Amino acid sequence: MIGRIYLDNAATTGTDTEVLNEMLPYFMESFGNPSSIYSFSRDNRIALERSRGQVARAINAEPAEIYFTGGGTESDNWALKGAAFARRGSRGHIITTMIEHHAILHSAEFLAGMGYDVTYLPVDEEGRIDLKELEGAFREDTFLVSVMFANNEIGTIQPVSEIGRLCKKRNVLFHTDAVQAVGHIPIDVKAMHIDMLSLSAHKFHGPKGVGALFIRRGVKIENFIHGGGQEKGRRASTENVPGIVGLGKALEISIQRIGTESARQSMLRDRLIKGILETIPYARLNGPGEDGRLPNNVNFSFIGVEGETLILDLDEAGISASTGSACSSGSLDPSHVLLAIGLDHAHSHGSLRMTLGTCTSENDIDYVLDTLPAIISRRREMSPLWEDFLRNEKKVTI
Amino acid sequence: MYSDKVMDHFRNPRNVGEIVDPDGVGQVGNPKCGDIMKIYIKVENDIIRDIRFKTFGCASAIASSSMATEMVKGKPLREAWDLSNRAVAAALDGLPPVKMHCSLLAEEAIHQAINDYRERMGLEPWKEGPGHFAELEEHGH
Repeated sequence: MIGRIYLDNAATTGTDTEVLNEMLPYFMESFGNPSSIYSFSRDNRIALERSRGQVARAINAEPAEIYFTGGGTESDNWALKGAAFARRGSRGHIITTMIEHHAILHSAEFLAGMGYDVTYLPVDEEGRIDLKELEGAFREDTFLVSVMFANNEIGTIQPVSEIGRLCKKRNVLFHTDAVQAVGHIPIDVKAMHIDMLSLSAHKFHGPKGVGALFIRRGVKIENFIHGGGQEKGRRASTENVPGIVGLGKALEISIQRIGTESARQSMLRDRLIKGILETIPYARLNGPGEDGRLPNNVNFSFIGVEGETLILDLDEAGISASTGSACSSGSLDPSHVLLAIGLDHAHSHGSLRMTLGTCTSENDIDYVLDTLPAIISRRREMSPLWEDFLRNEKKVTI
Repeated sequence: MYSDKVMDHFRNPRNVGEIVDPDGVGQVGNPKCGDIMKIYIKVENDIIRDIRFKTFGCASAIASSSMATEMVKGKPLREAWDLSNRAVAAALDGLPPVKMHCSLLAEEAIHQAINDYRERMGLEPWKEGPGHFAELEEHGH
């Protein structure tokens, strides 16, 4: 076995050495509470604001529009509940999609339980929403649209600018969960008419447990964590200074190399997709082809093979990847995203997600292409589902 | 997450394959649940002389299939019938609670194969015990 090949960068990434070095002084040297008024805390306040500037620049926002949080999930919760609670008792209507991350879906379900109405837009077979369908879903009392920038499982990039334009025209807030997109593909909250945007540091080589919510100036959103006056009183709790410093630095580095990295990863992605389609029969690519897909996302279904089996076999071969199969999650249902794009259960249970990163090399991709076909065919040979599938295929072709 | 025994039987499953001229066949599960098991048996003098399986499913399903076939091979039919999924799980040094239903698959498939054999022989099929059904309902299979 060669060194471990990590192809689960959509789940999390390792912290960059440069990022870690930037963070370290804020643990033991400059550990002062940014809210304290003595000079010892001054560095920390400066560091916080530097990071706020770095995040703002990355998405073309103003520093004052960036609020640090405990991660992407908190940002999503805040955006939805904050916008809902700001209505002060009058309920109303939220539009989101069927393929959101659970941070959005479960927040929306929670609000539905409180009397808010929620519409979940369907998606096409590549995972994209239909703008006409969005237009048709607007109601008099719609106050929020939340559509993810890019999907975490199948990498589909949504028509964000068009969604932003539609929301602006109707004076409806537009939030996007951009956790998988920030640092990977260019984002401009002004040009794209985004009112709120969630991001998370550990998806682009920053530390875990820190994220941010961009809230456009003037957007009415209820405070989420009540306590001290941090983050202008909107998100209390002593700031996670080392984490926030790491977030800013990691994003700055990601933006510097976004052009070269997205081109490099797209090339590797397409090499992997092409290789799999050529070597493995009945491999089904989930999500869009080359265009409209995150540069680092590859997702396939292999009929006749169960996802957890695949992950464990790949693990033994030194490859870390993930699946949307039910067995891996402990629930009985496979991925809601794969079902939403129209996959049957058999295909959904056999999904494999490989997400590339800055450390992924051409050799890694070649090793996967050398390893995967044998794993698939071995498991298919012992699969009664594969046997049935082939029998039906033969019937159809004869 | 899994015991060494589960991983061993998952990586190197015993008795995989088909029997060309079987005396009994059983198939349980469906793609919706994410697991399907098919079992073939060869019977001589009421004893399971050979057994082969094919399983689509997670590591627990494959390891349970492998272990269960090992446990009933060479055993009288009645003894094979009485093999419980708990015994299979125990022989694997346990399964995670959410995966216990995977071990039921093997028990059910063996029952089906045995009754298929009995029907082919013109014998009355055996009935599931009350405990078995209680467990099936509990796991919603």
